[in-house]
Amino acid sequence: MSFLTSLMNSMPGAVAQGLIWGIMAIGVYLTYRILDVADLTVDGSLGTGGAVCVVLVLNGVPVGLALVAATAAGMLAGLVTGLFHTACGIPAILAGILTQLALYSVNLRIMGTGTGGGKANLPISVDKYGLLVSARYVRDMVLHNPILILVIFCLVTIAALYWFFGTELGCALRATGANRHMARAQGINTNVATVLGLMISNGLVALSGGLLAQYQGFSDINMGRGAIVIGLAAVIIGEVIFSRVFRNFALKLLASIIGAIIYYIVMNFVLRLGLSTDDLKLLTALVVAAFLAIPYWKGKYFTKPAVKKGEKHHA
Amino acid sequence: MLEIKNVYKTFNAGTVNEKVALRGLELTLQDGDFVTVIGGNGAGKSTMLNAIAGVWPVDMGKILVDGQDITRLPEHKRAQYIGRVFQDPMMGTAATMQIDENLALAARRGAKRTLRIGITKKEHDEYYELLKTLDLGLENRMTSKVGLLSGGQRQAVTLLMATLKRPKLLLLDEHTAALDPKTAAKVLELSQKIVSENHLTTLMITHNMKDAIKYGNRLIMMHEGHIIYDVRGEEKANLQVSDLLQRFEQVSGGSLDNDRMLLS
Repeated sequence: MSFLTSLMNSMPGAVAQGLIWGIMAIGVYLTYRILDVADLTVDGSLGTGGAVCVVLVLNGVPVGLALVAATAAGMLAGLVTGLFHTACGIPAILAGILTQLALYSVNLRIMGTGTGGGKANLPISVDKYGLLVSARYVRDMVLHNPILILVIFCLVTIAALYWFFGTELGCALRATGANRHMARAQGINTNVATVLGLMISNGLVALSGGLLAQYQGFSDINMGRGAIVIGLAAVIIGEVIFSRVFRNFALKLLASIIGAIIYYIVMNFVLRLGLSTDDLKLLTALVVAAFLAIPYWKGKYFTKPAVKKGEKHHA
Repeated sequence: MLEIKNVYKTFNAGTVNEKVALRGLELTLQDGDFVTVIGGNGAGKSTMLNAIAGVWPVDMGKILVDGQDITRLPEHKRAQYIGRVFQDPMMGTAATMQIDENLALAARRGAKRTLRIGITKKEHDEYYELLKTLDLGLENRMTSKVGLLSGGQRQAVTLLMATLKRPKLLLLDEHTAALDPKTAAKVLELSQKIVSENHLTTLMITHNMKDAIKYGNRLIMMHEGHIIYDVRGEEKANLQVSDLLQRFEQVSGGSLDNDRMLLS
């Protein structure tokens, strides 16, 4: 009984974390699914968002403005990766790894600004500063319950992206991800589109980092470690469960958020079963590997031999 | 209209795989020319189209469209002058986007892409009428993903996309080669119709000698990176497949060798 009670007690926290990581997962969805680029910058830009947000709030900047700055910092990180990839011709994965590595130093610098020296961990108290979301109120029936605020953040994010990807520019981005040959033949500058996509993605990831730092009450140099895998897990869980039901673009984004929530609920569950937090990353990696492998195996071993109509065949 | 002046292109220069693909290519097209291009394997046919489209920079020479030098223009900027249909039906369309969205992308070729809506209601209605002219029933599947269409249907849509915004030059790179004979004939008829209705200057590569003779007002034969035979008007209309083969052997000193060439 006490197991169930403690599990139920942990649910609000899991949902709140899921919502925060859901925004991050949308960022991953944009690069991984729409732009067709595997971007590893996010492991660094999540921390950048957290660092910028906490440092600014500690130095007296209003929290809303601090979040905007965090998002902008993430976009800058995306710009760097984008330029590495397009202007310097570095493969996307390596470009992301380079930026991610560089951001480790940058994030330490940021967290050292106005707080005396480089810092690996920077606490921020919800008692002293007017934070937007905090884990403290996650089980309270109040207006500043983080879940409520985070739901609003998620919905606004989805609405904004739904609008953007319906515009001419947004369509150009989607075309770039779908078929770069075709995009260029139709006059789309695929380099610009790729950079723009990476900027939007990392902006969202940094926003998520800013929210996460507030929620947990500190910014940490390691808070982004393995973020890409959690983001991918959320995207894939969302797709596996909802791909047959959710056809609309906004719903697909929503699926990533729900995927992140499910991820955190499952993680909470296995923790209550007695698994150590140290083992979570191993578990996450295995889950993502399994979910990526299943469609591949399905295609390889369980397809019907019938030739699909419209498949390409050479004369 | 189009001028290609002394263009050279070598792939993998300085390696054992070095291949001189274009060797002093010279070609001038008049407005409204519909030119069919034939030649053996590795003659430089596709390379010529890619050089015009700007897929990569050429080593030497100049390419002009309407007197404007486009030699140094990147691929996406040349797209404002050029419509393209590729050999691979998968290449010309975005599979994960809807039919109407693909057309809307093409309608904005050469225009700045802004934060205005990607496809308006008015456009949607125009595309309905346009797709109807294909007679493939696609007008009733406008919100279907292009990936669900057959190869022939995709090439038909690509043709519409290449010509939706009237290009100065249309490049058809063996665009029916991957289709079954019946579909290929249909797509070819459609190409002919669109080209003549819009009076488009066109370069069409084909491996079918009969088609090369049947379509267009001019025929060029390529060999080792340049043009070895150029015939137009009356003379072209009266050509026979055997004439072409003979001509090739005469000029090149070997037999026409193309593993896909259809001689009959």
